[in-house]
Amino acid sequence: MTTPTPSLERMAPAAEPSRSLLDRFRVPGAFLVGAVLLIGVAPLALSDFRLNLLAKYLCYAIVAVGVSLAWGRGGLLVLGQGVFFGLGGYAMAMHLKLADAAETGQTLPDFMQLYGTGDTLPWWWQPFANPAFALAMTVLLPMAVAALLGFFVFRRRVKGAYFAILSQALAAALAIWLVGQQATTGGTNGLTDMRGFFGYDLDDPVNQRMVYFVIAAVLLLLMAAARQLFVSRYGELLVAVRDSEERVRFLGYDPANVKLVAYVVAAGMAGLAGALFVPAVGIISPALIGIVPSIGFVIGAAVGGRASLVGAVLGAIAVAWAQSTLSDAFPAAWTYLQGLLFVLAVGFLPGGLASLASVVRRRRTPMTTTPITAPASAPTSAPTGGTA
Amino acid sequence: MTVILNQSFTGISIGAVLLLIALGLTLTFGQMGVINMAHGEFIMAGAYTTYVLQKSISGAGVSLLLALPLAFLVAGAMGALLEWLLIRRLYTRPLDTLLVTWGVSLMLQQLARDVFGAPNVQTRAPDLLTGNISVGGITFANNRLFILGLALLCVLGLTLIMRTTPLGRRIRAVVQNRDLAEVSGIATQRVDRTTFFIGSGLAGVAGVALTLVGPIGPTMGTNYIVDAFLVVVVGGVAQLKGAVITAFALGVLQSVLEYSTTVSVAKVIVLVAIVAFLQWRPQGLYTLRTRSLA
Repeated sequence: MTTPTPSLERMAPAAEPSRSLLDRFRVPGAFLVGAVLLIGVAPLALSDFRLNLLAKYLCYAIVAVGVSLAWGRGGLLVLGQGVFFGLGGYAMAMHLKLADAAETGQTLPDFMQLYGTGDTLPWWWQPFANPAFALAMTVLLPMAVAALLGFFVFRRRVKGAYFAILSQALAAALAIWLVGQQATTGGTNGLTDMRGFFGYDLDDPVNQRMVYFVIAAVLLLLMAAARQLFVSRYGELLVAVRDSEERVRFLGYDPANVKLVAYVVAAGMAGLAGALFVPAVGIISPALIGIVPSIGFVIGAAVGGRASLVGAVLGAIAVAWAQSTLSDAFPAAWTYLQGLLFVLAVGFLPGGLASLASVVRRRRTPMTTTPITAPASAPTSAPTGGTA
Repeated sequence: MTVILNQSFTGISIGAVLLLIALGLTLTFGQMGVINMAHGEFIMAGAYTTYVLQKSISGAGVSLLLALPLAFLVAGAMGALLEWLLIRRLYTRPLDTLLVTWGVSLMLQQLARDVFGAPNVQTRAPDLLTGNISVGGITFANNRLFILGLALLCVLGLTLIMRTTPLGRRIRAVVQNRDLAEVSGIATQRVDRTTFFIGSGLAGVAGVALTLVGPIGPTMGTNYIVDAFLVVVVGGVAQLKGAVITAFALGVLQSVLEYSTTVSVAKVIVLVAIVAFLQWRPQGLYTLRTRSLA
């Protein structure tokens, strides 16, 4: 290739050994500022309606934390996060529907009575009446599915584009399956009209605020956890696998396991996000988890900066916000703008907006920081280009 | 017995549609490693080309025949333009081509909505293609037979180009070892663009065929794109025969499963079967033997 592209390894900062006092408090400081903004300022400054919208965006941001881990650090283009978001969301919604039904003395959720296929609850619905089981499933079910697919895919070294397409096909298959099972999953409509949330009335604005606080707290907690994971030994191994899988293999590690952990953790985060999405927004449906939203989860992170945790989270919030404010006012113009945004961000600013400052800085002093070109296994020389 | 035969013909005709759609991808994805999500929109461009032609030329048969080469040129030109504008900058980052072309596909869908309107449109099929032929109790729909013939013709044409022409030789050389091809005096950038032109043009031809079996709309490409990628993944990169076998195998599997279960369950089982198949052959049915570790 004639034009060297900035390689990804520049975007992920390694754990730096010697830091000044200011640097040492930079990350916790920024975290604290974020926490104060989210927990303290936002609920005071925003109306109930806007706070509820923010809660929805924060759910997308939670998915973005996982995307930043799997894709930004691990190089795994996870195009099927909608699956895990959906599994978490449906697990939660199933419990809420059953709880609502039990409140009014029914055995079946309302939509099942409507389609009238029988008087008995399907066997796979029954355990979700138990709140502890349902809550555990919102995280464990996505992780189990991710572990299953990841195990088979990574073990046989199916990678790169192949993995992306398989994960995407999984999202398509789940969405199509959910639509097909009208009687037990609500079909295209999905599960809607959740009234209660573990005994609290969801129509009450006070309880909606509580849901917001839960979501914000989960996001902050997961960001802190992801940050710790990034600077750990595992985080470095993950970056190493992304940049040169063969070398890591030759050093005696199994890259399959490293990738599997990242994929499974990202899936768990997406599942948790889906579970929190349900009380905040009040619906989970196939249209929210199919191919289009699955790519949407990745796009927010790409625009903000896939390798930067904060960039990915802010990108996800910003794109979701732009989507809901602009798509109502100018539906056609927004679609063009959205497309253009993806093209420009991914094509010309692969580090996302988070890397804008360093890109500008590099332009000013081109001599000292020429991009490191990829090592021997560069995709240009790999004949099976798609698998590189 | 006739049920089985009828069902396998359905499967073969599903396979023929899959093959037509995936054929262009075997070039742009299989050979060049570019994940072009806008491929579905090139199919849509071919379909709308047929629609526009039929508006101006009244004869359904004539307009269909004219649409085939014209759709090839229209979609091919769009592909070449896309390659020139964006994709050539991304050959070192194959995964990013997916997201960039997804952005392009969003814009193209909106463009179609603005130009042709959001609702689906229909074309008239020529009289010759509306009927059925019955042979020994099996019913063959004429339009399905036409698509099958068209798919096989495209495979034949593409095979001849890849095997016998200097262009095909250059494409294979670039795919096998880009650097070596470059120092051997092959203008790799021009080869890339030509490959993309042909691959996208084939999507346009597929679009013409799809007007015979379904409505034409801004989102029609999205319905097929994932299946088409799966065909290439299972088929492997190197040769067309992988795509041919896979397309028909998946078509028949799908139709048999749809017959015994439901459409949605069939989709899930097909996906599971694909993942299981990749355990046996991770690089797909046919692979190009190389010295690369990847």
